[in-house]
Amino acid sequence: MRPYGLQVPQVPQKEVSRRAFLKSSAVVGGSLVVGFFVPASLKRFAFAQEPPAPAATPALPPFNAFLRIGSDESITVLLAHSEMGQGIWTTLPMMVNEELDADWSRFRVEHAPAADVYHSPIFPIQMTGGSTTTWSELDRYRQVGAVARTLLLTAAAAQWGVAPGDCHTDKGWVVHGDKRLSYGSLAVAASQLQPPDEVKLKAPEDWKVIGKPTRRLDTPEKITGRAQFGIDVQLPGMLTAVVAHARIFGAKVKSFDPAVAKAVPGVRAVFEIPSGVAVVGDHFWAAKTGRDALKVEWDPGPHAGLDTAALRESYLKQAKSKGAEASAGGDVEKALGPLAQDIGSTSLVAEYSLPYLAHAPMEPLNCTVRHSADGCEVWTGTQFQTVDQQRVAAIFGLKPDQVAIHTTFLGGGFGRRANIASDFVVEAAHVAKNLDQPVKLVWTRDDDIRGGYYRPMAVHRLEGALDAQGNPVAWRQRIVSQSIMAGSPFAGMIKNGIDPTAVEGASDSPYVMAIPHYRVELHTVDPGVPVLWWRSVGNSHTAFAVESFVDELAHAAKRDPLEFRRALLAKAPRVRAVLELAAEKAGWVSPLPKGRARGLAVHESFGSIVAHVAEVSVDDERIRVHRVVCAIDCGVCINPLGVGAQMESGIAYGLGAALHSELTMKEGRIVESNFHDYRVLRLHEMPQVEVHIVASKEKSGGAGEPGTPPIAPAVANAVFALTGKRLRELPFRLA
Amino acid sequence: MKLSVNGKEHDVSVSDDMPLLWVLRDVLGLTGTKFGCGMAQCGACTVLVDGQPVRSCVRPAAAVAGRAVTTIEGLSLDGDHPVQRAWTEVDVVQCGYCQSGQILAAVALLKAKPKPSDADIDAALSGNLCRCGTYQRIRSAVHHAAELMEKG
Repeated sequence: MRPYGLQVPQVPQKEVSRRAFLKSSAVVGGSLVVGFFVPASLKRFAFAQEPPAPAATPALPPFNAFLRIGSDESITVLLAHSEMGQGIWTTLPMMVNEELDADWSRFRVEHAPAADVYHSPIFPIQMTGGSTTTWSELDRYRQVGAVARTLLLTAAAAQWGVAPGDCHTDKGWVVHGDKRLSYGSLAVAASQLQPPDEVKLKAPEDWKVIGKPTRRLDTPEKITGRAQFGIDVQLPGMLTAVVAHARIFGAKVKSFDPAVAKAVPGVRAVFEIPSGVAVVGDHFWAAKTGRDALKVEWDPGPHAGLDTAALRESYLKQAKSKGAEASAGGDVEKALGPLAQDIGSTSLVAEYSLPYLAHAPMEPLNCTVRHSADGCEVWTGTQFQTVDQQRVAAIFGLKPDQVAIHTTFLGGGFGRRANIASDFVVEAAHVAKNLDQPVKLVWTRDDDIRGGYYRPMAVHRLEGALDAQGNPVAWRQRIVSQSIMAGSPFAGMIKNGIDPTAVEGASDSPYVMAIPHYRVELHTVDPGVPVLWWRSVGNSHTAFAVESFVDELAHAAKRDPLEFRRALLAKAPRVRAVLELAAEKAGWVSPLPKGRARGLAVHESFGSIVAHVAEVSVDDERIRVHRVVCAIDCGVCINPLGVGAQMESGIAYGLGAALHSELTMKEGRIVESNFHDYRVLRLHEMPQVEVHIVASKEKSGGAGEPGTPPIAPAVANAVFALTGKRLRELPFRLA
Repeated sequence: MKLSVNGKEHDVSVSDDMPLLWVLRDVLGLTGTKFGCGMAQCGACTVLVDGQPVRSCVRPAAAVAGRAVTTIEGLSLDGDHPVQRAWTEVDVVQCGYCQSGQILAAVALLKAKPKPSDADIDAALSGNLCRCGTYQRIRSAVHHAAELMEKG
């Protein structure tokens, strides 16, 4: 008997839905349920639009489900976002405890159900992405802790007949003189009090929890196999489905013969769904064996001729013509033309190209669905709870609040589990609709690598000019790529033909904007390949092009790469300071052993600035990255251990892509299928990483994504310094 | 067939080609062992068979009948194996999905080489992928576990 098998919630979701939250500070199972509402504020995000109108009454609404204090002294924090490795299982409880002052060893964490109350503070959906969770929740989760502490203090003071102001708290106790009452013993009394109209949060200089290196709260279950990921869900009578997908995007089932699949022992059903043919069995092995035996005839549709080599050629050609303007200053045409001749400038042209990439999280995509006439339950590791909820509801003809979403741990997300179309969740719902039993849909690794929703392929054509003194005077950047937002619920973010996710990090680069004449242009193409946000989104390609070309200009100007950048960043002191910190810690000016060289890059994304200095060697045409010195300014840092881990993580993710990862298409079919040919970083390739966090009082930024963009250019620039060869194509090939 | 998993005997009736991974997960309910690739490319499914690391996604269960299979659930009672303690102290995990396989691969390495060098760790663990990139901390934690085991 497993101690931690599937834990089907005791309380059906309907009972914990919005209606339950409307009860004022209800006692639930001897717990204090504390609520606090913070009007959404959209102060800063890469895609920031108009901030939503502030709530009419910014008072504390009478609900909530962010924190439970049990009579048994348990402290349970409910996460409005998904834990996928980024560490919010620890950082959000830290925020609560900064104000609550409870015993940290009592903290337990759960994913919240899907409900409006858990919408992101900055988006009108429940989601995890854009490196937003930690900074966007800094106020809400602290306020939750502060409200609870106020209620506990008030309850204790009432019992003692003293003024609350004469009491204080101490790690889970309310104290007055020599009297003490534990939080658990006060939970019921506190839950019957009216929550305060306002709370005063501690000043940052008084913080004791935030900023302190804190180890993860989810380690015990993750080192014992008890942690439940979506793929681990087991329900009584549950079947498993594997789906035969088309190899060509947009292809449809023409016909299929279920007989061979049905003959596999353990296969229970074979039927068509909108995305392919589902094979359902007693377990994964039966379903997968059946799926592999199945013969399906496909109507290939319009994309059967897709070929990435040909696409790249067409992108390169397109990049020679004018595109839609993303940002501009001065007169770049003149600066690259007649003016350039007048001032005797040096001009440069370079083309960079980057492939389609799969996110390839370690846990293959999966989703379990159980439905009945009046409701449906979904278990999955998702970054998009309320989006998935609405799509599943539509398939079953239910209202969204009749669909319970149980968020499990995510075995990696990287953007793939924030799917605009909820592709794997929708697929599971279609399978379930054909069955009476609960069913778990599992994708194989092939399904994942070939299943679309990739980082878009991109080509950047850069043209620049330096004056006679070697100062950059012109920068024209033409980007050819696909739009992630087009055709999605986020299409409203496309303005004047510019999808911000295709140009971010270039159109707003402090380097580019420091050059007197610049223009960043975009050609939006639509070859029919589904694309999505891949860790750091547009920055994953723009940083490579921008930081590589800055390096090329520095070389053409015969200037030190660091000094050249420092001069360009004169008006971006925060960015410059991060670059200088990384360079100083890496010993930029210190000599290296023969056969080694350094390269650097700095990039701002998701509200944080990250610089990397990479130290490389080349052996037998293989690039070896020995050391990466990283500096980050993420504003106020909540958990330095978490930020450090995310920097290592972002470097590993970006370095694997830079050295190895590439999806290619021939005759409309993705060639790669698994980790043998879609290669990612392995342990022996991991450089020694040092992370330096800038002490800052600025507003917090993200940490999940910003470590990725600057690693590829830092390595490419180091390889150039070592070999004189410019790497303009990812993944890097020296031969 | 008879399977011995974490010291417990099981009599299972499955097809001869069914990989050990799916018997563990879908028949015995031991979901700590993970599916990542299905072709021995990622190491998420690593278990110990008579103390040796084995990729259970490609090893038919029938091939290990009668041998001692150890999964992450059987490594210790309370997560207090020295390797698990080292993982905790070094704060290795992120998403956690690959960690069962990483830990068991590390256990096997430390049994063969109680004081592994970085090169030994590279050789033993480069078959275990981690998309979160916890590699640097895995390396530290293996060294730390070696110290903990030496102290006893």
